[in-house]
Amino acid sequence: MKARTVYLDNNATTPIHPEVKKTMIEAMDIYGNASSVHSFGRKARRSIEQARTSISDFIGATPDEVIFMGSGSEANNTVLNIFTCRCFSCAVSADGKCKEIITSKVEHPCVLRTSECILEKGTPVKYVGSDEYGRVDVEQLSKMISKNTGLVSIMMANNETGTIMDIKRIAAIAHANGALMHTDAVQAVGKIPVDVRDLGVDFLTFSGHKLYGPKGVGGLYVRKGAVFCPMIHGGHQEQGRRAGTENTIGIVGMGKAAEAMKHEMPADVKKIKTLRDKLKEGIKRSVSDIKFNGHPEECLPGTLNVSFEGCEGESILLYMDLEGIAASTGSACASGSLDPSHVLLAMGLGPEVAHGSIRFSFGRENTEEDVDYVLGKLPGIIERVRKMSTAYTGKGK
Amino acid sequence: MDWVYSEKVKDHFMNPRNILVKENDFKYDAKGEVGNMKCGDQMAFYIQVDPKLGTISDCRWKTYGCASAIASTSILSEKVKGMKLEDAYKITPKDITKELDGLPEHKIHCSVLGDKALRAAIDEYYKSHGMSEKVHKEEAKIICQCMNVTDEEIEHAVLEGARTFLALQEKTKLGTVCGQCKDKATELMNKYISTHFEK
Repeated sequence: MKARTVYLDNNATTPIHPEVKKTMIEAMDIYGNASSVHSFGRKARRSIEQARTSISDFIGATPDEVIFMGSGSEANNTVLNIFTCRCFSCAVSADGKCKEIITSKVEHPCVLRTSECILEKGTPVKYVGSDEYGRVDVEQLSKMISKNTGLVSIMMANNETGTIMDIKRIAAIAHANGALMHTDAVQAVGKIPVDVRDLGVDFLTFSGHKLYGPKGVGGLYVRKGAVFCPMIHGGHQEQGRRAGTENTIGIVGMGKAAEAMKHEMPADVKKIKTLRDKLKEGIKRSVSDIKFNGHPEECLPGTLNVSFEGCEGESILLYMDLEGIAASTGSACASGSLDPSHVLLAMGLGPEVAHGSIRFSFGRENTEEDVDYVLGKLPGIIERVRKMSTAYTGKGK
Repeated sequence: MDWVYSEKVKDHFMNPRNILVKENDFKYDAKGEVGNMKCGDQMAFYIQVDPKLGTISDCRWKTYGCASAIASTSILSEKVKGMKLEDAYKITPKDITKELDGLPEHKIHCSVLGDKALRAAIDEYYKSHGMSEKVHKEEAKIICQCMNVTDEEIEHAVLEGARTFLALQEKTKLGTVCGQCKDKATELMNKYISTHFEK
């Protein structure tokens, strides 16, 4: 049996907060359909609306601006698809033409893949690049944007590097050109303060399981007055913006998570950042020929992305797994394709560096002992992989 | 706890056999190198040959590769010791996969490097020892004239998961102009599927 397990993959998903778990177990008894008029339905409605208030409080919106959905991916798909609508009755296509969308090369696949798809449907899409830290190039974006732009969609924080984008400035540029602004804030909400009014965005995506809530539930902030067109039709739920009987248990869980994080996030951030920095310093001291990826300051407090020269990422990952350490690779080899991370490539890293990168992402449950444990195992693992590597040229340590 | 791979893969991954740590430590007669860093995997195989018996007396290897590349080459390196060059030449990735008690389907493409590197080393030996006529020419043939797609690329697409003509088209763009190569490409695709994936 494993002596110890250390979970450092909180950007992939987070463990459920104990209070969320408790609330969700209680919510399992609320089986009424929130659309029903009887007492069972009203009880479900009440708990869903309470969750809506918790979420809107947490991101600085009003409750009627929050639409619950099945995931962050669904929310992102929905926003981009609004701009493909050609219905006569729809405000989006009032002039009968699809306006173009600008997004970036470092977005999550659910935005990139949807963009490819809507391009095929006839909506033009442009991609803005990033600097060496993975920060979306605002200058390039201001040159790219025009009166034909309908939507600018840029993520708030990158899942692989943790780099935080200048959403406030990008939103201002979008609005100055008559476009709407969407940000995929799935990695930001619960990790750093997010305020929709301060950011000035029209749409913002969030997800339950990235903030210590359940999987299978997420949502979208839609600014009052912003155009909208549903992707899922056939019900009046969520103001007719997302049909389907509400996932009461999931929504209640996500609401509780937002409530808990509102109180706990400031202290969590401090602790998580200290742990991340300790790991970073420790790796710097004990392993040679490495490169940290992502912005040195504008970065999520718990994300550390590091490339180990001459090492293939999946081997590192699996050797760590055998020691009970869970992290993630920038390379997609483990998921079946040999393509290196599109994010690291967009930052200008060579494929060989991108293939050897590992992402550690901290959460509220991590401890200093976790970091010590990783630092006790990692140098040996790297040495081992480098010993058999055809690609390691450094001297080692 | 369940692991992605079999116990045998785990064993070879944890304790890879016959790794070459330093080139000077091993006197080899030939070296074969395949793959490249761009694709994210690279393999080098070194053989020592007994010229009288025509067998591989010893071997070493190195890789920049993932767990299944490491495990498959490790087991290959055990298998080929004492083997005749001609027999070692015939080892297929499927033989290796079988010995490892299987690999997840999407990892098969990582396991083909070891035997490729071994063949390259044997070819190198033949060439440097006046037996060039034994070198197998594995030249890629163009199947789709319009898009310039070769049989090698079709094999690669199959290893990357293509199982239907449409998937093959999406990966290689073959047959997207005149479409004349469809039958030939489908036939090749099915051949590669059975070579690499049928148990």
